[in-house]
Amino acid sequence: MNLSMKIMAGSVRHAILLATGTLVLLPFLWMVSLSLKPPAELFSSSFKLLPEHWFAVENYTKALTAAPLPRFMLNGVIVCAAILLLQIIVCAPAAYALAKIRFAGREVIFGIVLIGLLIPHQVLALPLFILCYWLGILNTYAALIVPFVVSPFGIFLLRQFFMSIPDDIIHAARLDGLSELSIVWRIMLPMSLPAVIAFSIVSVVGHWNDLFWPLLVVHSQGFMPPSLGIVTFANAEAGNDYGPLMAGATLVVAPLVICFFAAQRWFIEGLTAGSVK
Amino acid sequence: MEQWFYNDNLGRGPDNEEILLAGVSIRGVSKSFGSANILNGISLDICDGEFLTLLGPSGCGKSTLLRIIAGLERQDCGTIEVAGNKVDHLRPKRRDVAMVFQSYALYPHLTVSENMALPLRMGRLSAWRRLPVIGALLPGARSVSAEIKTEVARTAKALGIDHLLARKPGQLSGGQRQRVAVGRAMVRHPAVFLMDEPLSNLDAKLRVQMRGEIKELHRRLGVTFIYVTHDQTEAMTMSDRIAVMLDGQLAQAASPQQIYASPADRRVAELIGAPKINLLEAAPRGEGLLAVAGSTLALDSKLDDGNSVTLGIRPESLQFAERAGLNTLTGRLRYVEHLGTDLFAHVDVPGSSEPLVARLPVEFASNLQSDQTVHLRVRREQALLFSADGRRLSESDGQFTQLRSCAG
Ligand SMILES: Nc1ncnc2c1ncn2[C@@H]1O[C@H](COP(=O)(O)OP(=O)(O)OP(=O)(O)O)[C@@H](O)[C@H]1O
Ligand SMILES: [Mg+2]
Repeated sequence: MNLSMKIMAGSVRHAILLATGTLVLLPFLWMVSLSLKPPAELFSSSFKLLPEHWFAVENYTKALTAAPLPRFMLNGVIVCAAILLLQIIVCAPAAYALAKIRFAGREVIFGIVLIGLLIPHQVLALPLFILCYWLGILNTYAALIVPFVVSPFGIFLLRQFFMSIPDDIIHAARLDGLSELSIVWRIMLPMSLPAVIAFSIVSVVGHWNDLFWPLLVVHSQGFMPPSLGIVTFANAEAGNDYGPLMAGATLVVAPLVICFFAAQRWFIEGLTAGSVK
Repeated sequence: MEQWFYNDNLGRGPDNEEILLAGVSIRGVSKSFGSANILNGISLDICDGEFLTLLGPSGCGKSTLLRIIAGLERQDCGTIEVAGNKVDHLRPKRRDVAMVFQSYALYPHLTVSENMALPLRMGRLSAWRRLPVIGALLPGARSVSAEIKTEVARTAKALGIDHLLARKPGQLSGGQRQRVAVGRAMVRHPAVFLMDEPLSNLDAKLRVQMRGEIKELHRRLGVTFIYVTHDQTEAMTMSDRIAVMLDGQLAQAASPQQIYASPADRRVAELIGAPKINLLEAAPRGEGLLAVAGSTLALDSKLDDGNSVTLGIRPESLQFAERAGLNTLTGRLRYVEHLGTDLFAHVDVPGSSEPLVARLPVEFASNLQSDQTVHLRVRREQALLFSADGRRLSESDGQFTQLRSCAG
């Protein structure tokens, strides 16, 4: 009796989760499905998930050859990695100072960070564009990277996490001879691994998928990140050729999905490692 | 019991001989946080090799003083000297002090051996050589690393934690963490050990054991220990000298026996001793007499009439008496606590809301029934008198404070 109730409740829960999960995943599934089909089947009235004639090789070959997709992906990796690395290099010491060092004006500066958190990036696009123009970095990697190096979100997130680390640990580190910067790199960041990973996921996903800013500052294919590359590919090369387009989109999303699953394992491990103590 | 210690590197060499003169000197140190004065002009000299305990109630500024000595907090005024040298301008790592924190403050992401090796790596390896992978390839790095490893292993062995070196702090028990924290302080061979309530998180049995081990460590190392606690048993059993802090001031610094037998202040007397010292309001009456709790005691000398004073009597300074007489207090027995060899008699006396506690030999148990009237004679040489402001009245005030002997 009790057991069957439990099974009932469990199946209802799973049914709801499955339904919402499907809703979210359906567009992705469709994208993958379309990328496997020949043009003739794309608009057929009967909906089938799997193609009657497999066209995957042709679609993916076209996606990889018609447009410099590998180049776009490499650009994406370079840009995202550089942004993340610089963000952590800038944000961690700033967060440490805001969380653990007493100095005049600390609250004001933290207030400014909070305001920065509230301003959408699009609002700053015009001044940033002009700044990039003055610096002469338009249409370079630098234009894609530099505006994002200081991340109010990263500072805020790490600061909140650093606040929870006891002062005694920092005192012990100072007595052990660590400089303030080595306290950040050797003690604070490793102890905040869950926060660092969460921030990394948000940052990488955001910038890998960003279309708005690259569209403004980059026009040569050599610097285009994947999302922008796909868009130009769609316009110029593919036209209505949706098969290769979907194949390209699948290829662009794949690394993110893989990275996310890889990081998720660490993420959960990091969270539980803290709570076992 | 495993060996706490190893024998080389202990003694400070002959070139360091002058260090023996002074351990730590605290000169007029004050500190306030915002408007709250936490420390008010603390001055204290601690000899080299001394085991000094800072004792005081919670929140009186003990940890703050320790952090100031370590250089983790900056004092508003006053100076700190270690081994005769001013260290106020020095960073914590240059002060030659090591600290064991109440919370242990181990690095949770590093293993026990990495925790213990960190201070040595920071001291002996240059920044380049500390880099992962590349660092190990640089000349000299490998031999220094090996040296550090053997030193850590040796210290760990001395502390009986050598089988735990590969574990993370999260996988250790409280007592094991405590040893690791001591080990991390020990590997640096500091001139001064600062310990901030290192035993307060342990259970009673382990605390007694670690008390002995820390005392033994002090004996073997022979360096200065400044030990913070608010546990009077720890203070009494471990220290060469106890410094009692009250309200940000040093109330008294003296040996445990002196602190117990002749406290300089009423609050010091209250802080030390279990059960607490009996305190009774007393009024001087004419020629050398003192009215206390409905009885009259005789003093050695005259106290000004009208100045109310407080009489402090330790439980063991009261003797059972058959009948009332000079220097005898009379009251009604509330109840008796048996301790095996001794018993505590709780006696209600007139004019005091709290019962007087007397420690009596267990033979008197048969003489004592609840609600009966009992007479307690005060051992005159052990009674303490405090003025209204809490100061101990002493000979230097021109007012002799002992009770007159019964005979004379
Ligand atoms: N950074 C700080 N800012 C403001 N006040 C502080 C700070 N550090 C300590 N205090 C205050 O100073 C007082 C003394 O603190 P401290 O930690 O030295 O006490 P303690 O004697 O060690 O007490 P305990 O026995 O409970 O550890 C406390 O009232 C505390 O609130
Ligand atoms: Mg404290």
